[in-house]
Amino acid sequence: MSNTTGLKSYFQFHNVDWSAMMSATWETIWMTLLSMVAVVIFGIILGLILYETRSKSGWGFKVINWVVGLLVNIFRSIPYIILIILLLPVSKTLVGTIIGPKAALPSLIVSAAPFYARMVESYFREVDSGVIEAVESMGATTWGVITKVLLPESKPALIAGATVTTISLIGYTAMAGAIGAGGLGNLVYQEGFQAYNNTVTLVGTVIICLFVFVVQFVGDRFVKWTDKRTL
Amino acid sequence: MIRFKDVSKQYSTKDGGLTAVNDVNIEINDGEIFGIVGYSGAGKSTLVRMLDGLEAPSTGEIDIDGTDIAKLNGSALRKQRQKIGMIFQHFNLLWSRTVIDNVALPLEIAKVPKAKRVQRAEELIKLVGLEGREHSYPSELSGGQKQRVGIARALANEPTILISDEATSALDPDTTNEVLELLLKINKEMNLTILLITHEMHAIAKTCDKVAVMDSGRVVESGTVFEVFRHPQQQVTKNFVSEEFTTQKGDTTMTLEELVKKYPEGQLIRLVFHGPQAELPIVSDVIKRYPDLTISIISGAIHQTQEGALGSLDLQFVGDETKINDALEYLKKMRVGTEVIHHE
Repeated sequence: MSNTTGLKSYFQFHNVDWSAMMSATWETIWMTLLSMVAVVIFGIILGLILYETRSKSGWGFKVINWVVGLLVNIFRSIPYIILIILLLPVSKTLVGTIIGPKAALPSLIVSAAPFYARMVESYFREVDSGVIEAVESMGATTWGVITKVLLPESKPALIAGATVTTISLIGYTAMAGAIGAGGLGNLVYQEGFQAYNNTVTLVGTVIICLFVFVVQFVGDRFVKWTDKRTL
Repeated sequence: MIRFKDVSKQYSTKDGGLTAVNDVNIEINDGEIFGIVGYSGAGKSTLVRMLDGLEAPSTGEIDIDGTDIAKLNGSALRKQRQKIGMIFQHFNLLWSRTVIDNVALPLEIAKVPKAKRVQRAEELIKLVGLEGREHSYPSELSGGQKQRVGIARALANEPTILISDEATSALDPDTTNEVLELLLKINKEMNLTILLITHEMHAIAKTCDKVAVMDSGRVVESGTVFEVFRHPQQQVTKNFVSEEFTTQKGDTTMTLEELVKKYPEGQLIRLVFHGPQAELPIVSDVIKRYPDLTISIISGAIHQTQEGALGSLDLQFVGDETKINDALEYLKKMRVGTEVIHHE
């Protein structure tokens, strides 16, 4: 076991357990994608609630706006590594375990959904108010305005925001991995850090980077494809 | 029939109350093109927003065919809104939808079945002259084309009223004329009541039957376009009318003072004549009858309004005061409107 600390230690590829690397990669990917889907759904719902209750009169709307806004701000400001520990009992109740990729899902969603919700709210506010009024003047209901104007007209922004959120989710999964959620974060922590296997660290890093690049690329393509403002 | 009865609208702002619309009374008959002209902030847009129920009047009543708009809410109001089409200065099209999908949007909202939506949208696109552009996005169209889409969209639900809120203000003069002609065509073909909100007197002259002039929330003057153009009473109206006459002159957009400076002698007189008179040799008559007067033509303009041609001619009369007065008397007898712009 020479070369455990020098630069050469990065390139001891025979020390890499590729099947473990493979399964850790899959864990990271599905943790990210599954939480992304949930974050997008909850984020859009929360963003819509924030947007729709924002400028309405009536104390009912004001209370909803205040409560949702407060929750969003609280969960947005808790550092993820603390949030995951804070939510361990919740994970235990919801998914029955505090170890493995499944256990990380609740905290991943709770931390990223408020972040995305704030973005969604600002995207909705950027939709041309003249267009909203035009559609209202056609006799559209609030729901009609949401489905025919707000969502389609902010689609590229929603996708761009989801891309950014997904990339930060990848970062969170690695953190979650360090305390037992599995995935590449877990593998690199156990093998790379605790067993001094720097090659595993390097390979894990490269895979995570590739994953981030792919997400960014796909996101950009979708944004371009849905944005019909400039052709 | 649209009727505004004693309509006022106040807003409360930090600096106290603001009266956007003040005691407005207007009646618009079916099939009419009615213009509302005024500078920005005169209350025109507030007035039409109230007509569409987007805002409620503080006092007064707005009724369309016997229905009081302010009393409607929920689905009854939404149903009513479908009977009013609206076009806007900035078009307000959805960039995420193609031309045909934009036109079909009001039909989607009215829950018209798909096949019928497509058929109706295609008809409308043909009506506004955009065949072949059905599947373009708004960003691929010019301003005039976008407004055509706006018009087609406004007509989708077969409204009885079309509101044009500064719809030509962002367009160049040629495109403005095209759009106005399209509005005239629609008005005739569909017997649609059109309410034209604008600050351009040109648009009013070209299309409207009647006009109301608004200033600081009030209707200060109203009547047929022809009458208002011939005998403007209020200063605002005079400004609008002379603005219109001067813009047509193009190169000689001189203010009154400049005119007076340039032609200091005698009297400057503006003649306003219409239809049949425009065809009579009135000026040459005056010159023959009063050979002692020197008459020079300073500028002139002719407008085609819905009731016929309307002309204005600015003349300089130099000579004996009594002779000038005689000449003015003669012009009055010939039923030419005269206005002394400057008297030495």
